[in-house]
Amino acid sequence: MSTTPVTSAPVKTNRIGLQILDYRGGKTTLCAGCGHNAIAERILEAFYEMGVQPERVMKMSGIGCSSKSPAYFMSRSFSFNSVHGRMPSVATGALLANKTMRSIGISGDGDTASIGMGQFVHLLRRNVPMIYIIEDNGVYGLTKGQFSATADIGSKLKTGVVNDMPPIDVCALAIQMGATFVGRSFSGDKKQLSAMLKAAIAHRGTVLLDVISPCVTFNDHEGSTKSYKYMQEHDELVSEIGFIAPFEDITVEYDHDTTVDVQLHDGSHLRLRKLHEDYDPTSKSGAVHMLMEAHEKGEILTGVFYVSAKEEDFTSTLNMVDEPLATLAADRVRPGREVLEQLMQEHR
Amino acid sequence: MVISDFAVQSQPATSSPVRSKRVANDFSIQIATVNGSGSQSANSILLRSIFSMGVPVSGKNLFPSNIAGLPTWFTIRVSEQGWVARKNDIDVLIAMNSETVHEDVHNLKAGAAVIFDEALSLEERRTDIAYYGVPFDSLVAATGAEAKLRKLIKNMVYVGVAAQLLSIDIQSVENVVRKQFAKKVKAAELNLKAVQLGYEYAASTLTKADPYVVEAMDATQGKIIVDGNAAAAMGAMFAGVSVVSWYPITPSTSMVEQLIKYMKQYRVEKDGKASFAIVQAEDELAAIGMVLGAGWAGARSMTATSGPGISLMAEFAGLGYFAEIPGVIFDVQRTGPSTGLPTRTSQGDIAFIAGISHGDTKQILLLPGTVKECFEFAIQAFDLAEGLQTPIFVLSDLDLGMNNWMSEPFEYPEKPISRGKVLDAQQLEELGGFARYKDVDGDGIPYRTLPGTAHPAAAYFTRGSGKNESAKYTERPEDYENNMLRLVRKLETAKAMVPKPVLEGTGKEKIGIIAFGSSHWAVIESRDQIARESQIETDYLRVRAYPFTQDVDDFVASHERVYVVEQNRDGQLLSLLKVDLDPTQVVKLHSITHFNGLPLDARTVTNAFAAHEGAHK
Repeated sequence: MSTTPVTSAPVKTNRIGLQILDYRGGKTTLCAGCGHNAIAERILEAFYEMGVQPERVMKMSGIGCSSKSPAYFMSRSFSFNSVHGRMPSVATGALLANKTMRSIGISGDGDTASIGMGQFVHLLRRNVPMIYIIEDNGVYGLTKGQFSATADIGSKLKTGVVNDMPPIDVCALAIQMGATFVGRSFSGDKKQLSAMLKAAIAHRGTVLLDVISPCVTFNDHEGSTKSYKYMQEHDELVSEIGFIAPFEDITVEYDHDTTVDVQLHDGSHLRLRKLHEDYDPTSKSGAVHMLMEAHEKGEILTGVFYVSAKEEDFTSTLNMVDEPLATLAADRVRPGREVLEQLMQEHR
Repeated sequence: MVISDFAVQSQPATSSPVRSKRVANDFSIQIATVNGSGSQSANSILLRSIFSMGVPVSGKNLFPSNIAGLPTWFTIRVSEQGWVARKNDIDVLIAMNSETVHEDVHNLKAGAAVIFDEALSLEERRTDIAYYGVPFDSLVAATGAEAKLRKLIKNMVYVGVAAQLLSIDIQSVENVVRKQFAKKVKAAELNLKAVQLGYEYAASTLTKADPYVVEAMDATQGKIIVDGNAAAAMGAMFAGVSVVSWYPITPSTSMVEQLIKYMKQYRVEKDGKASFAIVQAEDELAAIGMVLGAGWAGARSMTATSGPGISLMAEFAGLGYFAEIPGVIFDVQRTGPSTGLPTRTSQGDIAFIAGISHGDTKQILLLPGTVKECFEFAIQAFDLAEGLQTPIFVLSDLDLGMNNWMSEPFEYPEKPISRGKVLDAQQLEELGGFARYKDVDGDGIPYRTLPGTAHPAAAYFTRGSGKNESAKYTERPEDYENNMLRLVRKLETAKAMVPKPVLEGTGKEKIGIIAFGSSHWAVIESRDQIARESQIETDYLRVRAYPFTQDVDDFVASHERVYVVEQNRDGQLLSLLKVDLDPTQVVKLHSITHFNGLPLDARTVTNAFAAHEGAHK
């Protein structure tokens, strides 16, 4: 009689043989229930599921609660917590030095839409190939609860102060400024956010994801328009998002009348099933129009608003050599003696 | 142009009262024009023609913050002794600007000469200077140049007139014109025609009544003429720069524009792809941000700016210092903020940059004083930035950066490119990991890895000040202190790596002079004046970097009095010396400053020195 052999349960790995543990970060120091923690979780899962080597990823951030969060996912990735509102330039420089790296920037609504507005729009305009996530809670957390520039007009602070300035719609702005993948999600919508993040990893160009991420300490009360409750009541999905990675079989047919299929740079397919009557994710003007109309109706639209896989990203525009500039051999970056001699001759 | 076309140069006899003895190769020419009139190439041709006769020259452009319409002056100094600092007195004026002609003439000293456009009304004549009226418009018309080119061609006519009057070899002029217009044969011919008409007019009509002449020498053989910005751009290219991010600002713009030209020519590979990225950023905040991002990711990166841009870079400069990221920042200094004198020179940023940013920061500054050093220090700056893992500031100024300087040709860098303490995957495997901010070697310089290094222990978290040796977040007081003290050790290490000061003189005199940057040229000429006029020998120490090295302490300690010469109001170099020197030595320091926007001249230094020394006698 044989006994049942003792076998440990097989360790689950992704397609490059890494475990989910290999994508974990440090312990969070954010508040319990903070939306940012859920986003960090979705990010590391997406990179795990897409099978991206963590060492090939750069995590960039500015200053704020959001900008601390790169410490809470993917510790095996290289991280740079820079200065307030200036992450776009640091991220751009890092990608110029090594265009073969993947880059994800984590910012907040203050870091992006106030102090960082100048650099933000220029990052979009250049179509720098990176994922730019705004963990958007409408409020400054680390300085204890001042309104940010994405707070809705009429939204109320705990102290009773009412916001009297209109919000900046970072998605509409991003579409206009040249981002090639623009969407909004909610930290509480695991399915939608995961699909969007995987598609974002597949895209080459600037991906702007505005993720509503309630601040449980300063902006989750009655009267706030960035609370869990408010989002659950007002979240209006523009599409159902399906994502098929290049290493997955496409088995499901789709209805061409109701679904838009976008092939992304790495061969992935983004399938967007229309839920909103005005939805056309391939039209910039249509997307902006839809967002403006939703504001008038008081709806918060989520989903992929605009995607285009046709534009050249910034590193391609610059026509750089294939290898990272950072590690080119000396003979490729220091011209020979004859060049200096020629230059001297020109100045004689 | 055939030389025989010219009338034989004659020297008509004259009884002019201003004609005394001949003054060969020791005078200055000033060309007064209107900004936007295209006089730059004519002025350059005049300068290079004299240079090609083997005579030392320097050229300085005094231009307004304006595209067209305001007055501009270009000064050429001819000096057989090789003095190239600005000379206060103008000996030969070429007056082409009706707006300034009266003042320009008024400012001339007795014995000077003025070549002027007859169209300018110069009714009242001084009797103590020589006047040469030239009908520029009719000479220009005679060239047959089409209307739109006449403004430019007019400038070439004064080249011809000046060449004849000052005995500048016409063959030299022709060679220079042909070189300048090498790719535009038609333009060369038209320009030569204008030179010829000016030359012939002067020869046939004007009577030499001033003493100034150029005589061929052999003092420029092998030398080059270049501006400091071009020199720094060449240096950056040979240093292997690969990421450049910048925001245009006078007087640094021409450095990057020339760099772009060089890189497109010499750093594009056979398949047409660039081994570099140059980005015009949205502002200086972004420029320095990209530099640090690229430096962090392992590229040799740089920006070039001037004072206002440096101000914007202050926050990032601190992050670069604390996070220990390489990057090179060229500051071509100019006078203060906003509109006003942005096109005038200054050495007014040195104190600000020495400690730029919040918290305890001490930056490393390289201070080139010659165009050759602009080239060499540019290369060294990248080695130091990566070697020390910190931003390196290279401070030149408008005078050094944008004016024409003679120089020995630059030497090809013999030292191989060194990328500093960077660990690769194999080393990490052997070491079993690393701690980003640990002082392994005792020199304060830690080891780093580059993003993408394929090892599970390669990554680390980069942030400002709150970190321990392993780059983990901490706010523990002892961790902060330890890190700050290590940064002090790193600065000590830096002192042995930065360019040492240069001593001139016996080293045994009682009186010393300390200066930096472009002040050098006025100082060396002033020492000569002081020796001749006051019979005082001086020692001179030119500092070339901050932090200062022990040589500076020793120099002050071994002299009774030390004059600190600089081009700013408050004696900024002196204030930095005061902080570093032993308090007993500080009383020896005396300030000589110059801050009117014009490059420093020797006479200013000599007079200030003499006044001080009189008080000491």
